[in-house]
Amino acid sequence: MAAGAASGGSATTDTYKEARTWLLLPAWVTLSILVLAPVLMMLIYSFLTKEFRGGVIWEFSLAAYDQFFFDRGLFGDEPPKIEWTYITIFWRSIWQAAAATLLSLAIGFPTAYFIATRSENMRPVWVFLITIPYWVNLLIRTVSMKFLLRDQGPLNDFLMNIGLIDSPLHIVNTNFAVQLGLFYSYLPFMVLPIYAAVERYNFALSEAAADLYASKWTTLRRILLPAVKPGVFAGCILVFVPSMGSFLAPDLLGGAKNFMIGSLIEEQFKGNAGNWPFGAAASMVLLTMVLIILMFSARQQAKADKAGG
Amino acid sequence: MKHMMKSGVAALALAFGANAAAAEGELVLYHWFEYIPQELLDKFTEETGITVTMDTYDSNESMLASLKAGGIGTYDVSVPGDYMVSIMAGEGMLDTIADGELKNKGNIAPDWADPSFDPGRQSSIPYQWGSTSFAVNRDAYDGDIQTTDILFNPPAELQGRINMLDSQGEVMAMAALHMGIPQCSTDREQLKALNAMLQEAKQHWASFNSDTAKEVLVSGDAAVGQIYDGFSAKAREEGANVEYAYPTQGYIAWMDNVVLLKDAPNRDNALIFMDFLLEPENIAAVTNFAQYNAGLNGVESFLDPALAAQPEKNPHANAGPGVFIEVCSEEVQSVYDQIWTNLKK
Repeated sequence: MAAGAASGGSATTDTYKEARTWLLLPAWVTLSILVLAPVLMMLIYSFLTKEFRGGVIWEFSLAAYDQFFFDRGLFGDEPPKIEWTYITIFWRSIWQAAAATLLSLAIGFPTAYFIATRSENMRPVWVFLITIPYWVNLLIRTVSMKFLLRDQGPLNDFLMNIGLIDSPLHIVNTNFAVQLGLFYSYLPFMVLPIYAAVERYNFALSEAAADLYASKWTTLRRILLPAVKPGVFAGCILVFVPSMGSFLAPDLLGGAKNFMIGSLIEEQFKGNAGNWPFGAAASMVLLTMVLIILMFSARQQAKADKAGG
Repeated sequence: MKHMMKSGVAALALAFGANAAAAEGELVLYHWFEYIPQELLDKFTEETGITVTMDTYDSNESMLASLKAGGIGTYDVSVPGDYMVSIMAGEGMLDTIADGELKNKGNIAPDWADPSFDPGRQSSIPYQWGSTSFAVNRDAYDGDIQTTDILFNPPAELQGRINMLDSQGEVMAMAALHMGIPQCSTDREQLKALNAMLQEAKQHWASFNSDTAKEVLVSGDAAVGQIYDGFSAKAREEGANVEYAYPTQGYIAWMDNVVLLKDAPNRDNALIFMDFLLEPENIAAVTNFAQYNAGLNGVESFLDPALAAQPEKNPHANAGPGVFIEVCSEEVQSVYDQIWTNLKK
C-alpha cells in the first residue's frame, strides 16, 4: 500500500521540484508560529527562575527539573532522594491512556471493519453518524457522561430495573470512569484511520486465504491485520497521546482526587502554586515522552512497510 | 502541552479582544462565573450606552494567572476576593482611584470602608461578602454537623461521600481551623501534622470540585460539600435537603471586591460601572441573585425579604469565628504547595 502511494507521487514531485521551497513556505510559517515557537518558549521557561505567584525571572535555573526528579522533603532542606510523586503521576496518566487506547481499539476496530464492509453508498453515512456526537463541545459531552454514569443515573437505573444488580455501581470518581471518558472522547480518532485502512484492503486476499483453507481467525490474524497495521498504529497514537495530556475527564469523571499530567501542569499555571517553570518542565518531560513514542512507532511502521513491500 | 496551547490561543484572542474594546462605549469585565445577573448588565448598558463584554473565571488564582499572562491592559475591572486584592495590589496590578472619582463612594457601609486588604479603598469597592463552610445532606446524616470533623474526620455514614472545593486556599484555611493552628503557620511540627491530617482525611473524600460544588449536592453524588453560603442556599432551593454548617471551630469569611485594573483600556467606563454598582438598588440585584450580602448602606429595602431569614445567613450562637484567608509568605506557600501536591499525587 505504501509502495503504491510512493510510485504514484514521483511524477508530481518532479514537476514542482524547483518551486518546492516557495510552495512549502506557508506550511513552514504556520508550523513555526503554531508549533515550534510555543515549544521553544516552553523549553526556555523551564530553565528560568520561578517568580512567586506566577511569572518568571529571566535567570537560568535548573530548579524546575530538580523539583521534578529530586525529593528534598517538605521543607526543601533534606538530602535529595528520588522524587516518586511526579513519576507516580506520569505513570498513572500513561496507564490510564493505555487502558483507554485498548478500550478504543476493542470497540473501534470492529466498528471500522463494519463500516468498511458496508456498500459504498452507506459508508459515508456511517462515518457521518460516528462524527455527529463530536459536534458537541467536549466539556458538555464529559458532563453528560457523568450524568449517565451517576449512582442515581440512567445506567444504574437500567441495570437495576432489569435485575442485573441490586445496588448501584459506583462508577463516577473512579479510574474506570476516567478511562470510559477518555475512550468516549477519542473513539473516532481510532475508528477513522482504521476505517481508511480497511476500506483500501483488497478483500480478494481474504477469499484467497479461505480458498487455501485458512480459518477465519487465521485470515484475520495473518492477512487482514498486517495489511491494516498502519491504520491501527495511527489510531492508537491518536487516542493515546491526547489521552495522556487530558485533564477534563480526570477532573470531572475521576473527581480530581489524583493529579494526571494534564491537571498537574494546569495547577502550576492556574492554581496556587503559580510555578510556571515547573509547569513548563513537566510539559517538556511529557513532550519528550510523546516524541519517543512517536519515533518508536514510526520506526515500527517503516519496518512493517519494508517487510510488506 | 495541550493546555499550554490553549492558553496561547486564549492570549491571542484576548489581544484581539483588547483592540476591539478600545473603541468608545465599551467595558471589559473579568468576573466570577454564575454570579452577576445578565439583567443587571443589560440595565447598565441601557442607562449608559456602554456595552459590556464579560469573561469568567472559577478561582482567584486562575484570574491572577491570566492577568499575569497578558490580561493586564485588556480588562477594565475584575472581582477578586479579599486576600487576592492584597496580592494584586502587591503585584502592581491595580490602579488607584483618586478622591472624588467615585461619586457614590459614600454609600459603602462603614464596616467595609477601610478593610485591611485595601486600606481606604484605594482601588476597590465592596461587591458581595459571605462565608465558606460546608453543607450536609440531612437525609444522609442527622447527627451534629457544627464541627469541622464532618470534613476531616467524618462519621461512617458520610465517608466517601464528601466533595471538597478544588482550591488550595479554602481547603488549607479550613484545615487550619480544624486543627486549631494559625493559617500560614511557620511551625514545622504544625505543618507536618497538617500534612498528615489531610492525607488521613483524603481517604474519606469522593472528589475535589469547585465548579460543580452545588450540582453534586443537588444530584446526590455527594452528601457533604465544602461550599459558599449562597451556593448552599441555592442547592437547598433546588431541592436538596442540605443544611449549611457554622462549625464551632470557625469558618471562612470572604469579601469579593470590584477592582480597577492597571492600564484599563476604558478607565472612565470602569469608574461609571463601579459607581453603578455603588447604587444600593443595583448591588441588591446581585445579592438577590447570588444570595450573598452587599456591603453598602441602604440596600435593605431592595432585598428579597426571604434572604435575611435564610439559615445560611444566620450563624447560630455557638458558631466559631469567621476568618479571612491569609496571604502566606513565599516560604510557607512553597510548603503548602508541597502538601497540596502530596494530597493529590
